[in-house]
Amino acid sequence: MTISTTPLPVTTESEVAQAPRERSRFWAWLILLLGALYFVIPLGATFYWSLRAEKDVLGFEAYRRLFADPNFWPTFLESLVNAVFAIILSLLIIVPTAYWVTLKLPKLRPVVEFITLLPFVIPAVVLVFGLIRLYGRPPLLLTATYGSSRVILVCAYAALSFPYMFRSVDNGLRAMDVRSLTEAAQSLGAGWPTIMRKVIFPNLRVALLSGALLTFAIVIGELTIALFMAQQTFGPYMANLTRSKVYEPSAMAVVAFALTWAAMGTIALITRPGKRG
Amino acid sequence: MGGARRLPRFRFGRWLGVLPFFVFSALFLIGPAVVLAYRSLEAPDGGLTLDNYRQLTNPTVLSSYGLSIRISLTTAIIGGLFGFLLAWAVSMGGLPRPFRSGLTTFSGVASNFAGVPLAAAFIFTLGRIGAVTALFEVIGVDLYGTGFTLYSYWGLTIVYLFFQIPLMVLVLLPALDGLKQDWREAAENLGATPGQYWRRVAFPILLPSILGTMILLFGNAFGAHATAYALTGGLLNLATLLIGQQISGDVLNNPGLGYAVAMGMVMIMALSIGLYSLLQRRSERWLG
Amino acid sequence: MTGFLSLQGVRKEFNGVVAVESFDLEVEPGEFVSFLGPSGCGKTTTLRMVAGFESPTSGTIRLAGEDVTYAKANERNIGMVFQSYALFPNMTVSENIGFGLRVRKEEGAARGERVAELLDLIHMPDKAKSYPNQLSGGQQQRVALARALAIRPQLLLLDEPLSALDAKIRDDLRAEIRRIQRQLSITTIYVTHDQEEALALSDRIVVMSKGQMEQVGEPFEIYNNPTTGFVASFVGQLNRLPVTVVDPALGRLRVGRSEIRTTSLIESPAGAEVSLMMRPEEVTLDAEEENVLEGTVESVTFLGSIVRVQVGVEGGRLTADLFNERLLELPVAGEATQLSFPSHACWVMV
Repeated sequence: MTISTTPLPVTTESEVAQAPRERSRFWAWLILLLGALYFVIPLGATFYWSLRAEKDVLGFEAYRRLFADPNFWPTFLESLVNAVFAIILSLLIIVPTAYWVTLKLPKLRPVVEFITLLPFVIPAVVLVFGLIRLYGRPPLLLTATYGSSRVILVCAYAALSFPYMFRSVDNGLRAMDVRSLTEAAQSLGAGWPTIMRKVIFPNLRVALLSGALLTFAIVIGELTIALFMAQQTFGPYMANLTRSKVYEPSAMAVVAFALTWAAMGTIALITRPGKRG
Repeated sequence: MGGARRLPRFRFGRWLGVLPFFVFSALFLIGPAVVLAYRSLEAPDGGLTLDNYRQLTNPTVLSSYGLSIRISLTTAIIGGLFGFLLAWAVSMGGLPRPFRSGLTTFSGVASNFAGVPLAAAFIFTLGRIGAVTALFEVIGVDLYGTGFTLYSYWGLTIVYLFFQIPLMVLVLLPALDGLKQDWREAAENLGATPGQYWRRVAFPILLPSILGTMILLFGNAFGAHATAYALTGGLLNLATLLIGQQISGDVLNNPGLGYAVAMGMVMIMALSIGLYSLLQRRSERWLG
Repeated sequence: MTGFLSLQGVRKEFNGVVAVESFDLEVEPGEFVSFLGPSGCGKTTTLRMVAGFESPTSGTIRLAGEDVTYAKANERNIGMVFQSYALFPNMTVSENIGFGLRVRKEEGAARGERVAELLDLIHMPDKAKSYPNQLSGGQQQRVALARALAIRPQLLLLDEPLSALDAKIRDDLRAEIRRIQRQLSITTIYVTHDQEEALALSDRIVVMSKGQMEQVGEPFEIYNNPTTGFVASFVGQLNRLPVTVVDPALGRLRVGRSEIRTTSLIESPAGAEVSLMMRPEEVTLDAEEENVLEGTVESVTFLGSIVRVQVGVEGGRLTADLFNERLLELPVAGEATQLSFPSHACWVMV
C-alpha cells in the first residue's frame, strides 16, 4: 500500500471523454427549451390576456367578472357535485371488483381489464350517441327529465373513470400484498365487510385518492357528453363563454388550468415514493 | 353481503363482488355500443343489412374520416417524435433531476388539459388577436396575412400537440428507464460508439414502445371531440364532429349511416388500442 | 494473448468521498487476479476504471505498455462480463457474440467463423439462434463471456459474474471460467465478495476494504499468512482469543491459567493484552499438540464434510473444525473436553 507523495495533477476527465456527454447535454437543454417555450407561451399569453380586462391596466378585472357571472358558480357546483357522485360510484364498483379479481377470480382479470379499456375504444362522442339512443326512447326512456338525464351523465362519468380508477386501485392492491393481508385477517376471524372496511380501504388511501383526483380532473371540464345531454355543467358553460365574452374566457382558462394543476400536483405529492398508503 | 363468516359454497357468492361491475358496464359502456352496432346494421324496412357500411364511401363521410386520420397521423408522428426527445432529455440527456419530476407532473396536467380551456388558451395565443400574433406584428410579420389561421388543419394540429406530446412523455419515460445502463456499457466495452449503440441496441429495443405509443396517440387524436368543437365549432369536417352533428340532427339524411360512422370510429379505435397493447407487451418483455 | 496491466497510484474520489485510496498493482500476462472484499470496498470502482467507465482522480493505468488512463471505454480492447449479463435482448445469441466484431466491421464470413468458434468454446453451438430471454441465467452468462472474448481482448474483466446464479450453476460456471481462461491464457481481473470463488480461481488475490488494498498475494499466502486483522477475519473462519504476553522473545503467552506458545513473532512487550489467532481446522479435540486448553463443549454443528465444534475455554471461545468420519462419535454439548493446537498454527495480533 503506497501513499502517493508526488503531487500528481488532479485531472477529472480528459477533454475527449467529456465531449460526448457535454454535446448530448447541450441538445438536451435545447430540446427542453423548445418544449418549455411551446408549453409556456400559450399559458403565459392567456394569463397576460386575463390581466388586461381593464383598459391600460393590469388587473384581475376579468377574474372578478368571471366569478361574478351568474352562471359561473351554479355550473361549477353542478359539475363538482357530479364529480363527487361519479367518484363515489366508481370507488364502490371498482374497489371490490379489483379485489375480487386479484384474489378470487384471477381468470376473469383479462375480461375485466378489457372492459376497463372500453372508454378508450368508445370515444365520448360515440358513447353519448349510444346513451341517447339507448335511454332516449321507450321502453327505457330515462332522459325525459333533466334529473334523470343527470343520473345517466354521472353514471357515464363513473364508467369513463374506470381505466384510471382500476389501474390505480390495482397498483395499490399489488403494493400492499393484498393476499397476505386478507389471509392474516381471515385467520383472525374477520368477515368480508370487516376486511373491506378495516384492511383494504385504509391501505388503499393513496391509490383511491389518486383515482379520485384523476376522475375529478376528467369530470370537471367535460364537454362532449354534457353538451349532448343538455346538461348545464361547467364544460358547456365554458364553451358558451368562449363564444360570448372577450376577456372572461382567458380568466376561465387560467382557472381551469390551475384546478387541473392542483389535482395532478396533489396526486404527485401523495404518490411520492416512500410515502405509505 | 351479510356478515356471514364463511361464504356460501354455491358459485353465486364468488361472483358477488364483480357483479356490480359487469352490470354497470353493461348498462353504460357495452349497452350503448351494442345499440349503435345493432342500429348500424338495421335496414329501413327493419331487417339486417350491411348497406350502411357500404355507404361509408359517401363523400362527406370519407372526407371526414380522411381528415381525422390525417390529423391523427400528423399529431401522432410529430407528438411522438418530440415527446420522445423530451423524455430522452430529462432521463438520459444529463439534465438535473428535478426537471424530470417537473416534466412528469406537468405532462400529467397538460395531457388532461384538453377541451375548452385548451382551445381558449390557444385562441388567446395564436388567434387573430392573440398575444403571439401581436408579437409577430411587432416584428413586422402579418401572421394572418400569410394565410395562416388557427382555425385550420395546422392550427388544430398545433393545439392537439399540447396533450399529445405529454402523453408520449408519460408513457415513454418508464420505457427509457428500462433501458439498462449495462447495455450501454457492454456496447461501449465492445467498441461501439454512442451512435452505433443507439442504432443497433437502444432503438431496436425501444421501437415497440415508441411505435405502440404513437399508435395510442393516433387513437387519442382520432377520438377527440371537445377540443375540436371548442376551437372550430363545426368548421373542420372531422369524424367526431360529424358524429356530434348527427346526434343533434340527421345531417347525413340517413340514420343508419350515422350509426355506421360511429361504429367505424369504434373499430378504428379498437384496432389502435389493440396494436398498442400488443406492442406494449412486446416492449415489456425486453424492458421489464 | 498477451496483456500486461499496470495500475500505479490509482485513486478515485466522488464528491469528496474517497472510493479508492491508492491502488498499485502489476499483473503479469495470463495471470488471474481477483479483487476480493465486502460491498463498498472499492473493488468494482477499480475495475470500472480499468474498463474505462470511470476516470481516476489521479494515477495511471497502463495496458501492454500503453497509457490508457483516460482512453475511451470503447477504444481499450478490453472484454467485460457484467453481473447482470447485459445481453442485448433484441439480438440472438450469435448476434450478441458477433456484436463487437460487427462494430469493428469484420466481414460476415470471418465473423461467422469466430462466432462458431466461441459457441464451441462455451459448449452451446445449438443455441446460436436463441434469444437471451429463452436462456437460463447460467447460459446467459456463458454467452456474455463468449461475447467479451470474441473481440480477442488483451484483458478480461469480470464483475461478480456468478452472484446472480444458483449455487450449483455457480460451481459449474466457475470451473468453466477457469478452464477457458487457462485455455486462452488471457489476463483476467475478477471482482467478487465470495472468498471461496477468489481462493479457488485466482493466481493472486487483492483483498480490499474501504478503498484500501489490505493484502496482495497467492491464495495460500492470504489464507495462512494474513497481514491484517481484516484479511484474517474476512477470508476463512478465524479464531480469536484474548491473551496476555508473558515473554515475547520465547513466544510465551498466557490465557487464564494455561500457558501457550507460538512460533510467530510477538511485537508487543510482556504484559500486553493481545489477540491470538488461529484457523479452526488446526484445532483438534484432544491433547496431541503442544498447546492444550481445557474447556466445555458449547455447540456442535454438522456441516457435512466438516463438524464444527464450539468450545468455551478460559477467557473466550474457540471453534474447532473436524473432518467428518463415518464412525465419528460426535461430541455432546455440555461435556468437558480438551483442545490443542500446534504453536506454528497460531499468531498474534494487537
